[in-house]
Amino acid sequence: MATASDPSGKSSSKSPSETAGALSGTSNAHSSPAGHFRVALVGNPNTGKSTLFNALAGLNVRTGNYPGVTIEKKIGRCQASTSAGDQHSIDLVDLPGTYSLAPRSPDEMVAFEVLTGDVEKEDPVDLILCVVNATMIRRNLFLVSQLMELGKPMIIVLNMIDASQARGVKLDTDRLAKNLGLPVIATSASRRIGIDELKQLIANQCVSNRSHASDDASAKTERTNAIPRPDPRSPLSPAFAKAIDSVMETLVENNVPHHLLPNPFMVQRALIDGQHAAVGSPTAETFLSQQFGFCITRAIADQRKRIFESDAGGASVDLIDRECDARYAWAQSQLDGVIQKNASQHSGWTDRIDALLTHRIFGLISFLLIMFVIFQSIYSFAGIPMDVIDGLSGWVSDGVVAAMPPGMLRSLITDGIIAGVGGVLIFLPQIALLFLFLALLEDCGYMARAAFVVDRMMSAFGLSGKSFLPLMSSFACAVPGVMATRVIESRRDRLTTIMVAPLMSCSARLPVYLLLIGAFVPATKYLGGWMSLPALVLMSMYLVGVVVAVPVAWILKKTILRGDAAPFVLELPEYKRPALRVVFSRVWQASVAFIVRAGTLIFAASILIWFAGFWPGDHTRRFELESQLESMEASEQSNSESYAAAKSELNQAKGRLIEQSLLGKAGHVIEPIVRPLGWDWKIGVGAIASFPAREVIIATLGTIYSLGGEEEEDGLIGAMRASKHPDGSPVYTLPVALSVMVFFALCAQCVSTLLVIRRETNSWFWPALSFTYMTVLAYVGAFVTFQVGSRLF
Amino acid sequence: MTLDQLTPGQRGRILRIQGVDSVSSRLREMGFVAGEWVEYVCRAPFSGPVKCGLAEARIAVRNGEAKRVEVELIG
Repeated sequence: MATASDPSGKSSSKSPSETAGALSGTSNAHSSPAGHFRVALVGNPNTGKSTLFNALAGLNVRTGNYPGVTIEKKIGRCQASTSAGDQHSIDLVDLPGTYSLAPRSPDEMVAFEVLTGDVEKEDPVDLILCVVNATMIRRNLFLVSQLMELGKPMIIVLNMIDASQARGVKLDTDRLAKNLGLPVIATSASRRIGIDELKQLIANQCVSNRSHASDDASAKTERTNAIPRPDPRSPLSPAFAKAIDSVMETLVENNVPHHLLPNPFMVQRALIDGQHAAVGSPTAETFLSQQFGFCITRAIADQRKRIFESDAGGASVDLIDRECDARYAWAQSQLDGVIQKNASQHSGWTDRIDALLTHRIFGLISFLLIMFVIFQSIYSFAGIPMDVIDGLSGWVSDGVVAAMPPGMLRSLITDGIIAGVGGVLIFLPQIALLFLFLALLEDCGYMARAAFVVDRMMSAFGLSGKSFLPLMSSFACAVPGVMATRVIESRRDRLTTIMVAPLMSCSARLPVYLLLIGAFVPATKYLGGWMSLPALVLMSMYLVGVVVAVPVAWILKKTILRGDAAPFVLELPEYKRPALRVVFSRVWQASVAFIVRAGTLIFAASILIWFAGFWPGDHTRRFELESQLESMEASEQSNSESYAAAKSELNQAKGRLIEQSLLGKAGHVIEPIVRPLGWDWKIGVGAIASFPAREVIIATLGTIYSLGGEEEEDGLIGAMRASKHPDGSPVYTLPVALSVMVFFALCAQCVSTLLVIRRETNSWFWPALSFTYMTVLAYVGAFVTFQVGSRLF
Repeated sequence: MTLDQLTPGQRGRILRIQGVDSVSSRLREMGFVAGEWVEYVCRAPFSGPVKCGLAEARIAVRNGEAKRVEVELIG
């Protein structure tokens, strides 16, 4: 890229053809590392950061495998042109929303490490984009003042400027930029105001910063050899800067090479936060002592004492008190002349809605009502798209049967892949709907109210209102749910939440419930059709997990996670119209993740299960019968007696083959164990095969019934209804169906969840505990359900 | 007096935050600093957290945290 290597840092010298090439060009502009920049998005929660990220990157986002709220580090990419017209590729790193850079929770540690560039695997960030809520600048400037001390180039984005204007507030962005000494730009990400200008500003800043940096190599070497000094703009008293310098000197005396010295801000954090970090949480001090050993711990303790003694201005005993006072005073001074007209503090309608939704009686009623509406609509709205997918997979299967002669390959495709993957894909509409509702509630601001309303109830059994969002996300999938627990500062609360999160009925259980409810629960309607028995049963299945989670959390908090109550400080953001782009992008990511899962994990499991159900066994007679039947169908002899005889022989042969297969043998071994639950061997095999993921049971049952010749015209549901014990009694009765559902509601059959628990707790103890207690609970629950149910019905 | 002792609609000026630990640090970072105004808005169901107005924001804190915020009643 010409611009970045241009020593003057200006691109006005470029010829028009070059500019045109860069504009139109995908060519070298994108691949060149010089034209590639990394920008970090930071900001307080509720600043519209996700919306801005979305407006900049669109759907061009890479996350982990799992969707969720902005907890996992997300990277988006966008193209931005400088004012001179050169295109650059920008990687946007979306960091978790945070009020302070003091790393007190694992979440804040991530943000801190990415920004200070102390993560070994991370490229350094070229530019910080600090998103500020224009309706509460003063509060947000607290974080800005900390970010400024990192010594990185930064842009201040005054987002939600439309909301601020609507309240009659006029902001002088030029004045703010002058006061802060930083570029300031006003945007409204939800209305896409100022986005193009912001992109251009990002590109301009990145290019000019890099060309300054590469400008004179001598300055660079000088910089790497210099001892890093605290930022002179820091509003803290000079005693802090002096202390940081002394710590650095100590490190140099201990032969730490200059280029390995820590960021001065990291030292400042260690000085301030060291005394009182929550137990088990990472701190800057532990981070530094791991890197530099005991010498730095002692230096920090000495310097901390010195600040206390020398700093006459500090009336308060606490360093963090002095820090906060200094930073808020600084924030106030920076706003001098910026806010032109001071109108009423809140927009009235948020408080009017809150008067109802956070009311101590109506708030609770509305909460329950909202939850009910969500579950009712998931059940009723998804019907049509599900029929379409069902019809489609039947059509594909028929097409394969018509195009291929009977044989092993055809059996693999129709019995294994289509029956397995198709049976799971059918639930995509419901999963998309669930994520849609979650995203809507989160984005409009209700989720924080829900946490507020339920906090007292959750604290009664050892959780907090902050556990609500992770638990609510776990209704979609426990993986983002477990990751979302990072917002909980208290380690004990966090672990308790992680332990009960997999009990929330995730979207992978939904297919199991829907299949069994669809097959065995009569569609009785109440209240003139507004409420139906299947929807009520579905809601009860969701409640089972919740009801069981209460004593589990309570026991954990009374035994291995005993301790004092943790702090609860939660901001209730202004209500706003949900940004459809953000909502759509979450639904999209969730759906893609689900399809990928169906295409990989469940695809592989389907093939393995098909093989276990196919082998060993001599299938020659079966294939002969199949081709015989198909030629009879082709010559329209399907009403003849010989056709019926061949058909029944085929079904017998299929049944015999599946009994002889690995799957059948394994099933008979475990049959005595699952008998008390009311299950036959097929369900038992399904439960075991679904260890990697719950929805695999559907694929397994689909394959077993398809291979076993029991698949009738109405697919898996028909096959299950028709399924008989050897004595002729039906396998599935309502108690059996309920027993299977309760088992799946409580079991820990999900490798991804167990692995994410391992990752988040950094220990095998917690996933092992989850798996053990949940499996025991699931077995006992299914046993009780069947035994009680079969006496009642 | 402390924040939890106010009644809905009452406003106070923050005098200081009691104690030195992670709770007080979090409160301070969230803007509970001496001299700020704070308004008691309402309480959650079952005597749950207190919702209060602090500068331009609405913040919910539990009783335990509200007791740490010393205020002087105004009006």
